[in-house]
Amino acid sequence: MSLLERVRALLGDDAVEIAGGPDAVPRVAPASPDAVALLLGTAREEGWRVRLEGAGTWLPADAPADLALTTRRLDRVPAIEPQDLSATAEAGIGCDLLRQQLADRGTWLALDPPGLAGRTLGSVVATATAGPLRQGFGAVRDHVLGVTFVTGDGRLVHSGGRVVKNVAGYDLTKLEAGGFGAFGVIVLVHLRLRALPRADQTFVLAGTREDLTQVAEDIVAAGLQPAALELMSPALARREGWALAVRLAGSAALVASQEAGLRGASGGRFTALRADEAHGFWMRAAESVATRPVTFRIGGLPDSSDELLDLLQHQVGDEWVSASPAVGAIRWAGDTTVDRLRRLRRTLAGLEVPLTLERAPWPMRSAVGHFGAYREGVGPLVASLRRTFDPGEAFVVAVEGSE
Amino acid sequence: MTAQLADALADIVGARHVRTTPAERRTYARDGLPTHQRVPGVVALPGSRDELVAVVRLLAAHGVPFVPRGAGTGLSGGALADGSAVLVVLTRLNRILRIDPTNRVAVVEPGVVNARLSAAAAPLGLHYAPDPSSQTACTIGGNVAENAGGPHCLKYGVTANHVLALEVVLADGRLVELGSPGGEPWGPDLVGLFVGSEGNFGIATRIAVRLHPLPRAVRTLLADFASLRSAGEGVSAVIASGIVPAALEMMDQSCINAVEDSVYAAGYPRDAAAVLLVELDGGAEAAVAAEATTVAELLLTHGARSIRTASDAAERERLWQGRKKAFGAMGRLSRDLVVQDAVVPRSALPDVLETIGRIAATYQLTVSNVFHAGDGNLHPNISFDGAVPGLKARVDAASTEIMEACIAVGGTITGEHGVGLDKLRYMPLIFDGDSLAAMRAVRRVWDPDERVNPGKVVPVHACREWAGWGPRATGPGSAGQTRPGTADPGAMPRGSGDRMAV
Repeated sequence: MSLLERVRALLGDDAVEIAGGPDAVPRVAPASPDAVALLLGTAREEGWRVRLEGAGTWLPADAPADLALTTRRLDRVPAIEPQDLSATAEAGIGCDLLRQQLADRGTWLALDPPGLAGRTLGSVVATATAGPLRQGFGAVRDHVLGVTFVTGDGRLVHSGGRVVKNVAGYDLTKLEAGGFGAFGVIVLVHLRLRALPRADQTFVLAGTREDLTQVAEDIVAAGLQPAALELMSPALARREGWALAVRLAGSAALVASQEAGLRGASGGRFTALRADEAHGFWMRAAESVATRPVTFRIGGLPDSSDELLDLLQHQVGDEWVSASPAVGAIRWAGDTTVDRLRRLRRTLAGLEVPLTLERAPWPMRSAVGHFGAYREGVGPLVASLRRTFDPGEAFVVAVEGSE
Repeated sequence: MTAQLADALADIVGARHVRTTPAERRTYARDGLPTHQRVPGVVALPGSRDELVAVVRLLAAHGVPFVPRGAGTGLSGGALADGSAVLVVLTRLNRILRIDPTNRVAVVEPGVVNARLSAAAAPLGLHYAPDPSSQTACTIGGNVAENAGGPHCLKYGVTANHVLALEVVLADGRLVELGSPGGEPWGPDLVGLFVGSEGNFGIATRIAVRLHPLPRAVRTLLADFASLRSAGEGVSAVIASGIVPAALEMMDQSCINAVEDSVYAAGYPRDAAAVLLVELDGGAEAAVAAEATTVAELLLTHGARSIRTASDAAERERLWQGRKKAFGAMGRLSRDLVVQDAVVPRSALPDVLETIGRIAATYQLTVSNVFHAGDGNLHPNISFDGAVPGLKARVDAASTEIMEACIAVGGTITGEHGVGLDKLRYMPLIFDGDSLAAMRAVRRVWDPDERVNPGKVVPVHACREWAGWGPRATGPGSAGQTRPGTADPGAMPRGSGDRMAV
């Protein structure tokens, strides 16, 4: 029996989206977590290599595999609980659709990941791609209360739960958030929500990078706690010079007082954007990142942000750069080579700064790896975790690279 | 435990830092939860990282199980060792190695007392936000092991949200560095995985944590209610409003009276069925004042009889001291106390509190509630005299019913105290065999022989077979083979469907 016949027999005809062809691997879209488990259990038995996909808008769908498993039919939202500020959603739901459903119930997922409309929740969690709201609301993992995932040999594993505090058992959720699918396919996510902010204002200041870095420091020193404080390259911000974008979100009283503080810290130089302008500003920046061939993030200390930006400029250019200087996180997008990326990673490693390759064509991913070199002793732990959750090496994920 | 091993430990840490006599060892037989007792074989107190690593390597060489322990304030029996194990006490590793005010990072040894770090950071305008009620005694290392919470975690997050990087000594004595000082994981988020692993993955020898600016404005409110239900509804109203208080705590009448009868009396109204202690903080006085007004209005709308606002720092301190010392005050009620730690969806609080009241009445027990209401993190505490025949069995039955009631509404069995020994029996109520087996398999990645804090967190009998453990795994840091004397993971059929009892 061929692979497709096996899959059709297991999951039904409608689970096969693309039957394959000379240049395409078959794409299978299971309709339930159990179906994902069934498929991967069979993949383990048959030795199939499996590529993981969401909507196909973030990582290129180019990893060599026997079949592609897409989560796009796992698009239900079983629960939104405004009173508890929690929700449960399947991994294949598009973030934009989810955002709308949450807003209809007066709730908000304080994540603004880069990417195109339609990017799935599972993609965001699996790659831990937070956006500028990381400044005020933390990394992706801080929004995830629990996950259900399927291992490479077809086991459904539950971690965490839907309550906001939970230390029952080891926190496998942390392994899945940012694991790039190497430790399982996320099929269901329990989310921590916030109430939809009563006030939400964005302010932008254009200038030189040096000047704006100082302004950002002044804002932090003034004790302001913006939802986002993002230093963006001219191309990304669509401005003449660099831009410092500040987003204030929360109760009306909080935003009003923060706005006054912002005026004080910056000498009133920021321009307030209208709501539609602000929406467009952040959306375009998020989309621009996803339209370059390569994206990576680095995480340093806040006081090293300027030095790291200089380093990026020198080694790979800084046309498409977005930095949260108060957090120390920087995202870079553009085009580069394997050699340059390896050299940059080595340089950064010397500064104790990790580089995570977020997206790139397969040849670069497989050469460089999402994570690349580890610190001493960590590699065996990661390798053992991979064997634990994917004993048959079914998942085609470029974790380490080939160097 | 052999005398030779004790001698070898003494060679590393010095004879005065090894406890071998029965009287000395009994000192360590309990943690903060009085219902479990185990006397360790030997107690060793290393005084430096090098000594600690040498101790762990010695124990690895001899295949001896060991249990890391901080101040012993845990509430799950997690830091107890039996006679076959060495208790490795970390309280002498108590140096604050560095505070970096620019980047708001501190690096500490595991035995640093939680409150001491905040005190050291205060002159720099910073503090360490997780504040367990035991913070004047508990250690950061213990907080990391348990993923400890505290009242102010409602706004600032639990320990896991504050740990940036770790240096860890694994069971075989290797040192590994996890995470990076900026908080970006170096590969998968092994820091996140390690935090809350209850000592099963190794011992954190150095811990980098995030500090927060001290709030420039604070308002502390005390709202009193005529019923638990209305207090619970008040909590839901505040949470749903979008305002995130720094803390939102509840105490019921039994707890109020225990506090008011103690030296920690805070002036709580004794006739209230419940009080809510609400704290709002932030960077601007006007915003905090406005949010406090909104919260007060919401609580009055939902049945608060009165709202008292702390007029100064001294009054705020007094209100908080009553809350933070409530567990101690409950010692007045009876000689024994079972402390529970369930979490429920916040909207379920009113119903669950009533259910707990019914269970207490059914079993004729005194249950006091003092808890992190804003997180839905309940602490129903059962006071009893263990010397009364049959009473402990009633307490156990009531505890199980309370836990089952919390699980039934979508809750979990522990929010901040950990599983340890105490909640082992509840784990199969919330995790199926595959999920428990996955946890056990992950534990064996870090500790293939399951020697570190054995018998805690995962009930091995409830684990299903896990294919990831197998002959492919080799060497340290790999998934290993079954250790003699542990349950055979292959004994459980895969995919049998039902959850299995411990």
